[in-house]
Amino acid sequence: MRTIGSIAVAFLMLLLLAPAVPARAQEEEDIDMEEYLFGHISDAYEWHILTWKGEEVAIPLPCIVFNRGLQVFSSARLHHGAEYKGLRIAAKGEKNEGKIVRASDGSRPFDISITKNVLGLMIDSIILVVLILLCARWYRRHDALKEAPRGLAGLMEPLIVMIETDVIKDAVGPEYRKYSPYLLTAFFFILINNLMGIVPFFPGGANITGNIAVTMTLALFTFAMVNIFGNKHYWKDILWPDVPLFLKAFPIMPIIEIVGMFTKPFSLMIRLFANMLAGHIMLLSTIALIFLTAKMGPVLNGSLSFVSVLFGIFLDCLELLVAFIQAYVFTMLSSVFIGLAHQHPESETH
Amino acid sequence: MSLITPDIGLLFWMVIIFGAVFFVLAKWGFPLITRMVEKRSDYIRDSLAEAEKARLSLETLSAEQQKLIEQTRAEQSRILAEASRTREEIVTGAKEEAAAESAKILGKAREEIKAEKEAALAEIRSEVSALSVAVAEKILRKELSPDAEQLALIDRLADEASKAPLN
Repeated sequence: MRTIGSIAVAFLMLLLLAPAVPARAQEEEDIDMEEYLFGHISDAYEWHILTWKGEEVAIPLPCIVFNRGLQVFSSARLHHGAEYKGLRIAAKGEKNEGKIVRASDGSRPFDISITKNVLGLMIDSIILVVLILLCARWYRRHDALKEAPRGLAGLMEPLIVMIETDVIKDAVGPEYRKYSPYLLTAFFFILINNLMGIVPFFPGGANITGNIAVTMTLALFTFAMVNIFGNKHYWKDILWPDVPLFLKAFPIMPIIEIVGMFTKPFSLMIRLFANMLAGHIMLLSTIALIFLTAKMGPVLNGSLSFVSVLFGIFLDCLELLVAFIQAYVFTMLSSVFIGLAHQHPESETH
Repeated sequence: MSLITPDIGLLFWMVIIFGAVFFVLAKWGFPLITRMVEKRSDYIRDSLAEAEKARLSLETLSAEQQKLIEQTRAEQSRILAEASRTREEIVTGAKEEAAAESAKILGKAREEIKAEKEAALAEIRSEVSALSVAVAEKILRKELSPDAEQLALIDRLADEASKAPLN
């Protein structure tokens, strides 16, 4: 009953927001869907929280740029296309749109600014590290043989055990112990970033796992884990597989195998990126329906608001599921790839 | 499209942040937790095996106990039967002995009684004969002279008289 009550309250609160929106939309005449969507799903130099009576409320973030030496400054100085120390943020339609470029020729300097996604990553990572270390502290302070974990450790333990025994142990094989810290880290890292991505306000809401740089790094870590620790049999299977001689001397199979080496992490990268991005876009589009219909009269707007709030709740629940599934799938496939690099010839089935 | 071109800055930070998280969690986080969990599951498995073993040994123990009880019971009934047999034997023996003894005593008593009676009779007889002689002497003193022929007749008469009631 309490769950239903909280859902009803959340729903009413969302409905209360609806009348506030048309007023704003009318002020701004038309809503730019592209800007709206991309503003939410792409990276930015400031963390935009809301627009209040025409004023933007945003957290300016530090820019770190190597342009004739190291330059560190607040992103507030580049606000609305302002130029600072020969740098500006490229306007819409330009090359490198939305990025810091040299004011002179529009080229990109080496830019390691703390952007919205970087800050989000930091916050989420701190949350994750604190969660896991608190959990680990419980085991350090209690005799795990005498009592069952309670509280945080009791919450985390089933999840950790499930991932380790059902996914890692089964997929990697007997040598799983060496890889389980990496795979567990990857799982929880993706899970927490996915979940924080669904939270619509400040510490969350950054589209982190829907950013290709993030998923690419994760995929590269898996690639490294697979190839650095792959055994002799794995390399033999790639370079000199068990196929008729003409297939490997005239190197068709080795080429296919080497391409396969790269397509595995590539698929990991694209899968996570596309799923999370698509989830965000779907949610945002559903909510945008409220703003888009603002000018079409109160009846249509009201009824469509109702529908889009209902659909938004459904999508949010779906995203919760997807957040878990994608973390699970990434971990499982990474485990499988690592497991494939550790096969022994005798355990193979042809 | 900016969406599918990875940004160098974010890539840089992501490698650092994920590397740091991985390092911290792999050093102080997950291995400790998984080790403890594994230890506990091992402990639970061992405890279960131990309990099973204990149950089995208890079972054999109770079977042994049962056997022992049955043995004891058999022994007990055997001893009891033996005891009752012995008692019976003793009682019968005692009875027989007592009967034999009493028969012996009775026989002896009878013989003694018989001898005593014989003696008493002999005494009575001699007494009676003396008495009869005395009586006869008294009677005959007046009319008879005590000659030997007369005495022998009286003795014979007294003898006959004393023997008649004994038969």
